[in-house]
Amino acid sequence: MKKFKTVESIAALIDRKNIDTDAIIPKQYLKAVTREGFGDNLFDDWRYLEPGNLGDDHSLRKKNPDFFLYNPKYNGARILIAGDNFGCGSSREHAVWALMDYGFDVVISTSFADIFYNNCFKNGLLPIVLKKKEIQELINIVNTNKYLIKINLVDQTLLCNNLKIKFEIDARRKEVLIEGIDDISETLKLSKKIKDYENKKALKTPWMFNG
Amino acid sequence: MKKTLYDKLWDEHHIHSFDNGYSLIYIDKHLIHEVTSPQAFEGLKQAGRNIWSKKSIMAVPDHNVPTKMREDGIKDPISKIQVDALNKNCQINDLLKFDLEDIRQGIVHVVGPEQGILLPGMTVVCGDSHTSTHGALAALAFGIGTSEVEHVLATQCLLQKKSLNMQINILGKMPEYFYSKDLALLIISKIGTAGGTGFAIEYTGDAIRNLSMEARMTLCNMTIEAGATTGLIAVDEKTISYVENKPFAPKGEEFLKAKEYWSNLVTDSGANFDKIVDVDITQSSPMITWGTSPEMAVAVDDKLPDLEDEKFFSRKEDLLNAFSYMGLKEKQNVNSIELDKIFIGSCTNSRIEDLRIVAKIVKNKKIAKNIKSAIIVPGSGLVKERAEKEGLDKIFKKSGFEWRSPGCSMCLGMNDDKLNEYERCASTSNRNFEGRQGRLSRTHLVSPATAAAAAIHGHFVDVREII
Ligand code: SF4
Repeated sequence: MKKFKTVESIAALIDRKNIDTDAIIPKQYLKAVTREGFGDNLFDDWRYLEPGNLGDDHSLRKKNPDFFLYNPKYNGARILIAGDNFGCGSSREHAVWALMDYGFDVVISTSFADIFYNNCFKNGLLPIVLKKKEIQELINIVNTNKYLIKINLVDQTLLCNNLKIKFEIDARRKEVLIEGIDDISETLKLSKKIKDYENKKALKTPWMFNG
Repeated sequence: MKKTLYDKLWDEHHIHSFDNGYSLIYIDKHLIHEVTSPQAFEGLKQAGRNIWSKKSIMAVPDHNVPTKMREDGIKDPISKIQVDALNKNCQINDLLKFDLEDIRQGIVHVVGPEQGILLPGMTVVCGDSHTSTHGALAALAFGIGTSEVEHVLATQCLLQKKSLNMQINILGKMPEYFYSKDLALLIISKIGTAGGTGFAIEYTGDAIRNLSMEARMTLCNMTIEAGATTGLIAVDEKTISYVENKPFAPKGEEFLKAKEYWSNLVTDSGANFDKIVDVDITQSSPMITWGTSPEMAVAVDDKLPDLEDEKFFSRKEDLLNAFSYMGLKEKQNVNSIELDKIFIGSCTNSRIEDLRIVAKIVKNKKIAKNIKSAIIVPGSGLVKERAEKEGLDKIFKKSGFEWRSPGCSMCLGMNDDKLNEYERCASTSNRNFEGRQGRLSRTHLVSPATAAAAAIHGHFVDVREII
């Protein structure tokens, strides 16, 4: 996983609550067996006026000119600001893959659904939880001027013009992103403990290991 | 110390605490389907890692499979690649899998409990958010993403932070024709789709004790739609007799020992919940979602929201969006909503009890002329077989329903079963998100009884009035 330090970029804004993972990446693209190439289908139903399928040439599909990411002022945005409860619904990690493949490194919202939030950290996407008031202040600034937002994960700060926000993130998750830690190797270091646990449980509740 | 059921399950599976607040939790059962697993197997292979415990895994294809003309196999080449990948990954690794031809095949969350592969007290994961279903068996069950699927394959463990405890206490008795699906929708409409985020929910109250195991599964299944990844119901006599004699469940001496262990899987009296929500159901009516989020639900005898109503002010934008997507108007009567299609199935409502309820309502009646198609998709081959033994399939077909083979079907439209643009469906599934059942499709979530009644009348009706 790539290491996350700082991001400096304009932000794209979508003022909608409860954006679910079905909307982020519709089901027909879940038939892929790889982790790449989902960017063209991020928010697919909102983005194109015609239906699409895995394997189509999406550049030939009719685009929805009103789709927020087609607004030229959001060109090159690596930060997404969205409404409450972002990423609810299906557990599909493809939602995170699609956001990253499109070019996003950060998503900002007042809240995220649990599974989506978790999936972010397995892939190097930074979800930032801010208070409603803070997001409003941020939006006021980026709406009036094309200011860049600078996010420093090490200091846990977000800077935009003269606004400075310190955001919360738990230490472990921060470390995972900054160091690009592979959880599996970390866990495997505890193999002996896992085996001991299994041996103990095999005596206490042997039926748990039937199968 | 007094513990909640969740605390007990957590403590039993806790292996190691890190000083950053995370814990390493042991996973007993790992369910796998074709959509969220291929990248995990691939990742494992690339890293040259082995599967930690092959015995812990049960695999079944369900999302992509056709529900009619099974004999012809999977026609969509892209779906086929995914199901073939699952087959290959299971073959190479010698994993338990129920093939399309196997009578035990079905929706992963129906098959697991049916086989007794999932037992009370287990930790259960699946790359699928509706894994919450299995909390009905007092198992700590939750959905995970593909990277975590890989983590469990490689280590049999997950890194987790403990959730908070929430109790949803049901007051009163379940009114007639008010089912656990209605109860789930009522709860979600009260606490919202993010109401349970960060919590493990335990459902309590006499009404819960009186629910059958299948009805409990429906309720726990929908827990994720309230934002909680886990929904739990304590063990009682029903739990134990449900598990007894299931193919993979312990037998004889071992069963007795297990039974003793299971009996302790209840919240100690006086244990602390971080949040308690009381829901009184005494006066409740069947529920129908009208919008694009499961929380946008009203009682069948109610009207759609009035945007002038103060309580909707802060959500006006969302509601307007939903009205426009769904092609509905504020203050409309629920009964005036006409339907195009009916879908009875999904891991929420495709078990034998659900089908019996439908049969009772549609027997000797015909589906309305405006209904273009009405399909019934049993949750597994065994549910299908049982229904046919009881003659339910004949009742369905006589009424004009199609009787299909098991799979996720129109719950998410990843297979041939989809809605066309702007088609409106009464669906017993769990999600009414935009596009869930097909691009620009319009989904109303309801109980099997309400879906059946709607099929006969061509629009929503209060099932209590037509019986
Ligand atoms: S029936 Fe629907 S919700 Fe259940 S596992 Fe299949 S797709 Fe998911």
